[in-house]
Amino acid sequence: MEIGPILASLRKHRIPALLIVLEIALACAVLCNAVFMIGARAGEIRLSDAIDEQGLSVVTLTGADPERASSEIPRNLDALRRIPGVQAVAVLNTMPLSGNGWNVNFTTRPDMKPTDKGSINSNIYLMSEGADRALGLRLKQGRMFGSEDYASSTMGATFAPETHVAIVSERLAGRLWPGQSALGRKMYMDKYWYQVVGVVADVLRPTRAGAGLPGIYDTVFFPMQPTDVLNYYVLRSAPADRDRVARQAEDTLARLDPGAVAEGKTFVDMRGDFFSGASSMVWMLVLVCVVMLAVTAFGIVGLTSFWVAQRRRQIGIRRAVGARRGHILSYFRTENFLLSAAGVALGMVLAFGINLYLMQHYEVDRMPWYYLPGGAIALWLLGQAAVYGPAHRAAMVPPVEATRSG
Amino acid sequence: MFGYYLQLAWRSLGRNRVLTTLMVLALALGIGACITTLTVLRLLSGDPLPGRSAQLYYPQVDPYPKDGYVPGQSKPQENLTWVDANNLFEAHRAPRQALVALGSAKIQPHDAGGRPFFGDAVMATAEFLPMVGAPFRYGSAWSADDDTAGARVVVIADFLNQKLFGGANSVGRTVRLNGNDFRVVGVLGHFSPQPRFYAINIGRSYGDGDGVFLPLRAARATEMAPTNISCWAAGDIEHLETAPCMWLGLWVELPDAAAVANYQRFLDGYVREQVAQGRFHRTDTALPDLMQWLRNEQVVPDDARLQAGLAFGFLLICVTNTIGLLLAKCLRRSREIGVRRALGATRGAIFGQFMVEAAIVGLAGGLLGLVFAEAGLWGIRHQPAEYASLARLDLSMFAFTFVVALASALVAGLLPAWRACVVAPAPQLKSS
Repeated sequence: MEIGPILASLRKHRIPALLIVLEIALACAVLCNAVFMIGARAGEIRLSDAIDEQGLSVVTLTGADPERASSEIPRNLDALRRIPGVQAVAVLNTMPLSGNGWNVNFTTRPDMKPTDKGSINSNIYLMSEGADRALGLRLKQGRMFGSEDYASSTMGATFAPETHVAIVSERLAGRLWPGQSALGRKMYMDKYWYQVVGVVADVLRPTRAGAGLPGIYDTVFFPMQPTDVLNYYVLRSAPADRDRVARQAEDTLARLDPGAVAEGKTFVDMRGDFFSGASSMVWMLVLVCVVMLAVTAFGIVGLTSFWVAQRRRQIGIRRAVGARRGHILSYFRTENFLLSAAGVALGMVLAFGINLYLMQHYEVDRMPWYYLPGGAIALWLLGQAAVYGPAHRAAMVPPVEATRSG
Repeated sequence: MFGYYLQLAWRSLGRNRVLTTLMVLALALGIGACITTLTVLRLLSGDPLPGRSAQLYYPQVDPYPKDGYVPGQSKPQENLTWVDANNLFEAHRAPRQALVALGSAKIQPHDAGGRPFFGDAVMATAEFLPMVGAPFRYGSAWSADDDTAGARVVVIADFLNQKLFGGANSVGRTVRLNGNDFRVVGVLGHFSPQPRFYAINIGRSYGDGDGVFLPLRAARATEMAPTNISCWAAGDIEHLETAPCMWLGLWVELPDAAAVANYQRFLDGYVREQVAQGRFHRTDTALPDLMQWLRNEQVVPDDARLQAGLAFGFLLICVTNTIGLLLAKCLRRSREIGVRRALGATRGAIFGQFMVEAAIVGLAGGLLGLVFAEAGLWGIRHQPAEYASLARLDLSMFAFTFVVALASALVAGLLPAWRACVVAPAPQLKSS
């Protein structure tokens, strides 16, 4: 296909051509960044979590009498265990994605203060005996806590547990002791020290505190006797039973302790609540992208149709002197290809610039390079699809049009 | 003349219905998206206390230890310790000031069998409610004497009064909070500042107001715990008053610039004194006003701003699209323009005619955009976000929609109208 005549004709219609290029460029820039953000959010929503999320139900019990915790917690656990279909129960101080963070700065040296920049902010999970089974924690190295660990661990007057054993997530182990085994090492918090006895697969934090998304797996587990800080009851059952278990567990605890407030939920719902903002952002982005592409496509259809209408006579002449329908079709397609090419070239630069700006002002990562050609190909295909109708109509112009006066 | 342009524009738009519909629809979608996101953004970055926010300031100091301190590279802390909060409060260097911390209260309904429920509780000193201009339906705030005496009194919100007392005047009745009886001294009217400036650092920045407001000392005497506690060393959190923990905010009312400068001097002096005594090691202070504090805390979610940016980009695409389509239409009418010019129409007249056409497209786009914006806001109200229920189009945004619509359409119309008015009449007439 000769592109010389096409360029010559475009030069005559400089402004409409420029507008199409501009529209494609803008659409390409927005599309690349929006799709990148959709990908990032969708990745966040699907963050893995090494617990049995599908089978878990959680009941929070707040406002119970703290003085009676040591006797009421075992009673509550017993009652929950008797709910049909429940495989394991335990109680913790908080749960992944619950929004209730227990954030503590740990260091790897006894002389480092928690306020030191080198400390790592982590969430602490205090768990009652059996919580590893109830949650479905996956041990990677070392051991789980033993009965004696649970029996000897208490809450003092501070927010730090009075114990000397801890289990860390794989991710945190790697951050605290890069390239080394965490087993047997000590972590410090002010005057407290804890020895790592086990490493578990990565469990999510309750909040985005600390290092934000990169720190979402910075978690430490401690054993704990029944004390008043433990008020997230967790029940494990078959996924099919979880809704009923959550309801029954809430009723059970509300009946046992009428003075407290019990609230039951499946973990799947907790996850949905936690990421509700991200998922509505994803839907909003998808919607805008679709509408934007539609508008761009209709813009191309509109302008090309106008062009075709304006050039009916020229097309007729070309047909009369021997051009086939296919030639006319490919003329308009090539024209659109050239315009799209210019548009996406500009658009990729723009997309890159927008990404740089967003990186500076928002929590946005660098866009991987392949989003740019991806967006370019998408818009190029869109252009070809949009131009098909008008080009087809142009190809249908009969040669006799040449003889009619324009 | 204007009427004639209207008639011409109407006819021209009617001649090519599909193209006109496309233009109006694209513009309306762009405007709808823009107005929806801007409404949300405005709601989120709004002034919680119009008329008062400029006089409310939030003193900040840094009680952290020396470890890891690089002067000039750290910021003062969000909250104050009990000791610092009280030192600054007792100095009474502002006409009005109040300590405030957010907690939660288990509220026990009176009727037998009523299940207890939790509500947000604001622990504050006497001047907090008057200072932020909270309206009272019944009774009034507690007094400074109640503060020092640790009187168990409470001011409850209108929705809680409705729930507990059926909306009747409940002053003098008691409310059971966390197992302790508090006597109601006041019932608020509707009071729900957005964002909730005194609660933003616990992540509940928007949404319904708080249920109960009670004197700080009395609340602490019943062991009500603050929701946000941040400690820099292992301290006894049962006795927060002496622990190395920060959990209180201080709001001071400073009527003019001189008072602000004075207070800043006082605050710096206080910190120097504490450093001299060895209690403090860091000298950074800050005294942001309410709106600055909200900006520092980045209370507006990034997503809301990203969405507004995206919507604006989308509107830009729609406007480009409209320019293209208007231009196509106008070039097609070169002959009509040539005839009008030949019959004596000036360039200005042609320009005016095409701008009127663009304005009609703009108005139609604005009208339809308003429908889209309402639909968008309806969608947002059904999202689970904490600010969702507040997303409504107000009168100023309503007017703004038309400004945006007309401006976009006129900008879009400029180029085509200019192209139209420079059409040379002679060749157009010749070619036929």
